[in-house]
Amino acid sequence: MSLYAFIFYLTGGLIVASTAIAITRRHMVHAVIYLLFSFFGTAVLFYLLGAPLLAALWVIIYAGAIMVLFLFIVMMIRTDTTSEVMFPLSQWLPAAIFGAIYLAVGVAVVLMTPGTEVALPMVVGSPREFALYVFQNHWLSIEIVSLLLLVALVGAVSLGRGRGEEQTEDEA
Amino acid sequence: MIVPFGHVLMLAGMLFLLGVFCTVTRRNLIMIILGVEVMLNAAAIAFVGAALHWQSLEGQAFVLFIMAIAATEVSVGLALIVYAYRRSGSFDPSSYNLFR
Repeated sequence: MSLYAFIFYLTGGLIVASTAIAITRRHMVHAVIYLLFSFFGTAVLFYLLGAPLLAALWVIIYAGAIMVLFLFIVMMIRTDTTSEVMFPLSQWLPAAIFGAIYLAVGVAVVLMTPGTEVALPMVVGSPREFALYVFQNHWLSIEIVSLLLLVALVGAVSLGRGRGEEQTEDEA
Repeated sequence: MIVPFGHVLMLAGMLFLLGVFCTVTRRNLIMIILGVEVMLNAAAIAFVGAALHWQSLEGQAFVLFIMAIAATEVSVGLALIVYAYRRSGSFDPSSYNLFR
């Protein structure tokens, strides 16, 4: 096993473990912090798989912006409302069994597909190549995505200054 | 030589299952959106692995769009959650019965 393979398995194990811890936490701040570790691991994985620009963007946008936004919301709202009612085991056990079957079938399909057992080469898509590729082949999609982000910004602002507070005061 | 492409796919599938589990079983809107984030994360890992496997930058370009979609979803989703929390004082989706 080469050093790169060792790094891959170590990082993959850390990602899965921290995600598994995160989704079972009752306290939402803990969940967000554990997920932050998971996203840092994902960035390391991207770097290993030859996408250095995406690794940097993943740390900045995903771990830096999105998770901090979650943290803001969780801390802004009272966190003592953690009395979340979990489903009883008997209700989600069938779903878990079907999920396990799906996982087994997926692993079998991946193992039986020819070409997936060939080890990945060590190639790096440099930021320059990547940027040229994106803006030569996907310039229209980039514009559409920027428009989508603008619409989301307007939507979030209009929801944020909505009449929610007045309504609860009227009801109270 | 790193690892077989199949192992990258298996890691992505495992993460996707964890995200589905979180989205389906939790009864807290913030945790549900967190589960969606985990699923998008898994999809991005699969795309980057595929980009390396087929030696094409198409997969990496798609991850850029996944990132934008995730940012949009989180900003609008969290604004909606805060709005709903102000109206009803709860994160539990089953307690939103304003139309009843």
